Amino acid sequence: MLEIDGLTARYGRAQILNGVSLTLGDNEVVALLGRNGAGKSTTMKSVMGLVRQTGGSIRHGGQEIRGRASHTICRAGIGYVPEDRRIFGELTVEENLEVGRRPAREGAPQWTTEHLFQLFPNLAERRRNLGKQLSGGEQQMLTIARTLMGNPSLVLLDEPSEGIAPVIVEQMANVISELKREGLSVLISEQNLHFAREVSDRAYIIEKGTMRYEGKFSDLDANPEISTKYLAV
Amino acid sequence: MGFYLAQLLTGLANASSLFLIASGLSIIFGVTRIVNFAHGSFYMLGAYLAYTLVTTLQGGIPGYWFSVLAAAVLVGGIGLVVELTILRRIYRAPELFQLVATFGVVLIVQDATLAIWGAEDLLGPRAPGLDRAVRLMGEPIPEYDLALIAIGPAVLAAIWLVFHRTRWGVLVRAATQDREMVGALGVNQAWLFSAAFVLGSALAGLGGALQIPREAVSLQMDLSIIGEAFVVVVIGGMGSVTGAFVAAVLISVLNAFAILIFPQVSIVLPFVVMAAVLIVRPYGLFGRPGSEHGGAEEPEQPLRLLDQRSTMVLLALVAMLAFSPAVVSDFTTILLVDVMVATLFAVSLHFMMGIGGMVSFGHAAYFGVGAYAAAMAVKMLGWGMLPAMALGPVAAALAALFFGWFCVRLSGVYLAMLTMAAAQILWGVTFQWQEVTGGDDGILGVWPAEWAKSDRVYFYLALVLCLGGIWLLRRVAHSPFGYTLRGVRDSRIRAEAIGIDTRFHQWMGFTLAGTLAGLAGVVFVFSKGSVFPDALSIGHSIDGLIMVLLGGIHALAGPVYGAMAMVLIEDWVSRLDYWRFIFGGIILTVVLLAPDGIAGGVRRLIQLVRRDAA
Ligand SMILES: Nc1ncnc2c1ncn2[C@@H]1O[C@H](COP(=O)(O)OP(=O)(O)O)[C@@H](O)[C@H]1O
Ligand SMILES: [Mg+2]
Repeated sequence: MLEIDGLTARYGRAQILNGVSLTLGDNEVVALLGRNGAGKSTTMKSVMGLVRQTGGSIRHGGQEIRGRASHTICRAGIGYVPEDRRIFGELTVEENLEVGRRPAREGAPQWTTEHLFQLFPNLAERRRNLGKQLSGGEQQMLTIARTLMGNPSLVLLDEPSEGIAPVIVEQMANVISELKREGLSVLISEQNLHFAREVSDRAYIIEKGTMRYEGKFSDLDANPEISTKYLAV
Repeated sequence: MGFYLAQLLTGLANASSLFLIASGLSIIFGVTRIVNFAHGSFYMLGAYLAYTLVTTLQGGIPGYWFSVLAAAVLVGGIGLVVELTILRRIYRAPELFQLVATFGVVLIVQDATLAIWGAEDLLGPRAPGLDRAVRLMGEPIPEYDLALIAIGPAVLAAIWLVFHRTRWGVLVRAATQDREMVGALGVNQAWLFSAAFVLGSALAGLGGALQIPREAVSLQMDLSIIGEAFVVVVIGGMGSVTGAFVAAVLISVLNAFAILIFPQVSIVLPFVVMAAVLIVRPYGLFGRPGSEHGGAEEPEQPLRLLDQRSTMVLLALVAMLAFSPAVVSDFTTILLVDVMVATLFAVSLHFMMGIGGMVSFGHAAYFGVGAYAAAMAVKMLGWGMLPAMALGPVAAALAALFFGWFCVRLSGVYLAMLTMAAAQILWGVTFQWQEVTGGDDGILGVWPAEWAKSDRVYFYLALVLCLGGIWLLRRVAHSPFGYTLRGVRDSRIRAEAIGIDTRFHQWMGFTLAGTLAGLAGVVFVFSKGSVFPDALSIGHSIDGLIMVLLGGIHALAGPVYGAMAMVLIEDWVSRLDYWRFIFGGIILTVVLLAPDGIAGGVRRLIQLVRRDAA
């Protein structure tokens, strides 16, 4: 589904990614773990074509997508949920969903507003409210729903559990399971090991723009020194 | 009572015209972030096209309205061409480059219009069916004004419907907030930008077309409207169409009554209102801070101190300059003084923009204040040349201290607009205060002292002053103050976190830049012997911007190249017919071929040559 190989990227003069490699299989949920500033968001933005990548390759369904414009990457079936949500605050919930709407694509589940309102009942009640009037948790739901309106086959979820109430985190975990059941692949970046373990099949650990670990959660639990070294704050 | 009603209705009719052009400008800025100086040109083209259509069709009421709409559509088409051929190629360049490119378009449209329609003002026919006046409370009110009063809100409603009831409109509103995110959601921004640009241009064209029964169609329409249109957009909040409407009404109605009390107020009133609004609401009445995401600009690269070789080259150049009067003609000597004045002016603006991170659309104000202060000291106080030369920069410093205090409270485009407002206010005062400044006639006969009368001596005096000023700015740029200023430019939040008073530093940077612009003004006034309000005009401020940006903002040498190129090109082309067309073409060529300016272009050329040689 997604193969990243030797990816390097920079902001201005600062090199942030020093050769990141990662693969994600069909219908797999994979966690990208790492401390604050490790390069998780930059990896996701690179896939979306939102930062300047300087080298390496990003292949999606066998096709090289590195260097393409971000709207074509989205149209290829990659949905992106940014960590800072980036809701359109002056648009209503329904209008936010409208911005994300894309035609149906083969090989990916098709979402409708009604279906998404079932998945996120809070949003249904607030469909005519402006984005900026929503709570943090509701905004997080809305960004995910907005991305799903594009009928992606792969979703990049950047820290979905960050800064929201525990009840909602639980709801978020259910949503991710639902996405997997629908046949989507998900790459999820997390600092919250507990949440990541609950929803994902495998994990990568990134530190200072370099991959340090790849494997199952069971191995990670068997070797606690790894998480202490790269994840503990 | 009836008189005041008539005044109010005139104000509202003006508001409608102003709204049409400002709404288009606001939409274009909101979506593309382009400060479109060519918007006034679209307005002017709308008027000329409507004039031609109306007078050739002669079709009565339907003919008139068809012509108006057709002119708007045609201008939308011209907007599309400009967007596709020029702007689309430079969306990734720093925002100010696009501004310079749109200014190139202004120049080209000016001369194209002159070539097609001639220099004479054209008097359009009245609107058929609306060519009389009705009496309201005993006062005659033109029917056409009443029609305009209705058209403004109707267009507002139409835009509102498009923005809220169509998918395209929803995308435009979303892009106004966070265009990068809209792209990540699969929307091709290029087409969104084109469409917004076309709609905006068509609205400007409509505004111009509707103007033909009210005013003569002339070549001055473009720049005369653009300042006011910017003001309306800024007061309303950039990107907000409703804001543009409210601001247009506010300005026009205030103006309609203010001129009863103080007839000269028209020129400065919009700018005073804008300054007042921005100080209370830094993003305008309906505006919001834009998203930080998706800025195209690369973080500034650190300035390097000159290495030994470049220092030698520089010294050699200065030496050549110093010896040049011995070899070249007097005419060239005078031209070289122009180059030095322009260079100091550009370097001072570069200091403010490149080092201080404050873009100015009104830097000429301080140049002009310096020039006028010196001229007035000579003419009215009978001072000698040297004391007058000392007074100029001091006066410029005081003006920069005063206006800078307001400006540094804002940032980005809003700061730039406030600098423009300040300059416009000063220009208005100079222009209108006949008894003191000579108004339009300027101040004449400001010649150097007896000992400095010869072109050569004055050349050396100018050399010392301009090089001294440039040297001072360079020293400051590499002093702790300069580094702090750059820190503030790169991250205000970080600078504040470590306890730097960011506003104070910017205020001092602003003042220093203004002072040295004033010095340039002083050297200028004694070399020309006269000064006119032009010295403070928006046009002159834009010259400064063009020099800095064409030279390249990332390099300290940039403004030097820019100023040299500007003066030499201007000297060469301004003797030709249609020089604006040529000059605009040169600007566009540089912008399209070297988006990092002449300095960047030269650097890349050298690299290319070296690689070939290796
Ligand atoms: N816009 C930016 N400009 C410059 N540096 C940035 C920018 N965004 C992030 N960085 C830097 O890149 C590094 C990685 O950041 P990020 O990918 O956001 O990490 P994570 O998502 O793992 O917390 C950090 O050191 C951060 O300071
Ligand atoms: Mg992150």
